[in-house]
Amino acid sequence: MRRVVVTGLGIVCPLGAGVETVWRRLIAGESGLRKIDQFQVDDLPAKVAGVIPRGDGSEGTFNADAVLEPKEQRKVDDFITFAMAAAEEALADAGWAPQTEDDRCATGVLIGSGIGGLQGIEEAAHILRDKGPRRISPFFIPGRLINLASGQVSIRHGLKGPNHAVVTACSTGAHAIGDASRLIALGDADVMVAGGAESPICRIAVAGFSACRALSTAFNDEPERASRPYDKLRDGFVMGEGAGIVVLEELEHARARGAKIYGEVVGYGMSGDAYHITAPAMDGDGAFRCMKAALKRAGVEPSEIDYINAHGTSTPLGDEIELGAVTRLVGNAAGKITMSSTKSAIGHLLGAAGAVEAIFSVLAIRDQVAPPTLNLDDPSVETALDLVPHKAKPLSIDVALSNSFGFGGTNASLVFRRYAA
Amino acid sequence: MSDIAERVKKIVIEHLGVDAEKVTENASFIDDLGADSLDTVELVMAFEEEFGCEIPDDAAETILTVGDATRFLEKNAAQA
Repeated sequence: MRRVVVTGLGIVCPLGAGVETVWRRLIAGESGLRKIDQFQVDDLPAKVAGVIPRGDGSEGTFNADAVLEPKEQRKVDDFITFAMAAAEEALADAGWAPQTEDDRCATGVLIGSGIGGLQGIEEAAHILRDKGPRRISPFFIPGRLINLASGQVSIRHGLKGPNHAVVTACSTGAHAIGDASRLIALGDADVMVAGGAESPICRIAVAGFSACRALSTAFNDEPERASRPYDKLRDGFVMGEGAGIVVLEELEHARARGAKIYGEVVGYGMSGDAYHITAPAMDGDGAFRCMKAALKRAGVEPSEIDYINAHGTSTPLGDEIELGAVTRLVGNAAGKITMSSTKSAIGHLLGAAGAVEAIFSVLAIRDQVAPPTLNLDDPSVETALDLVPHKAKPLSIDVALSNSFGFGGTNASLVFRRYAA
Repeated sequence: MSDIAERVKKIVIEHLGVDAEKVTENASFIDDLGADSLDTVELVMAFEEEFGCEIPDDAAETILTVGDATRFLEKNAAQA
């Protein structure tokens, strides 16, 4: 199969807009979590979220108007705007703007979302009830459909290759990058714009995830402390919004045009828990088999892993189950493996999480540093793994593994390796 | 310009994000003002909302220019 490398990155997330800003803040130990103030929360159990800092684009703020005119923004849910912004950054970073028909047809898009335009669905439901069906906008459907992130990006940039979307809850971003890599490896495309986007910060989503007892509620007055993977006081995840998009490229295609290469996608594994709609299987076997499949595809031994970007959502059950699965996978090598959860800083971006975290894994390889797990004051279990509490750690990283596990028992792992020309 | 014509013009400017001077009586929503077919559906909905009337689909199909809209609404608007 053909080799696939990462040549472009783009992020909009609670730490800001733009890869370098976000990464610098992440490594500095900053948090993007805050009190929700854009809608009423006094009757909701969870009152904190990872919210994108909006502004005029200065100091890493996100300026939606620079991506889409205000009248066009009205027609799409925020997840599409986020995806378009991150895709624009990733394509510019890759220096890839196909002009010929052949190049356009060889470039595809595969962007997913866990839920899609929930906010717009909530608003339209109110219009339907209050004003009737004749007041539902013709842009209601195309503004909420999950695959319209891929559609809008392809229209904006004239990308005529495979146009696809993934919907696997919190594994979406990882599945999108993995599946897009396969499309390149198998020759369906030479370049893929891939990742995930999510805009879940609205009342109906907070209410829904609260009902699942999934969200943190104990730190409503101290939002920056609310996401605390592996810590004894963790009590649920914190929702975040944003998008992570990568440009993936066939190795020789990237080399031929002298593209900057961040790293190689060497492994991709998937599994199903076949256990429960929201809870991970207690024995962690799904996570274990998923990581094992990714390593097998990569031809990498567990002991060769240097850094793991954990799923680590800060839920009481999930964190320890993943830790157990990793321990089972790496055995005696645990003492030389570093694993952190960047959800401690940005929250859980659901369908965007796996893509943003894949980018963090690639940057960890580039800069030879492991981002920190914030708020890890007192681990709930003993482990030989270095969980990188509080402060980033300089680290020799050749191989990085990124895990994503979603509702429905859907698991995805990606393995990236440092590229040496 | 009649009150209705003014209100029509305001809605068109707001929904299509175009400059006021382009919104002339003979301006076609699609050919001159950059609307696509979905934009025109939304525009008709905005007229219905503003003028408190119902514009049936067969009538909506004949509203192609700013002037078409004004003339239709001068005849049919409930809140003119």
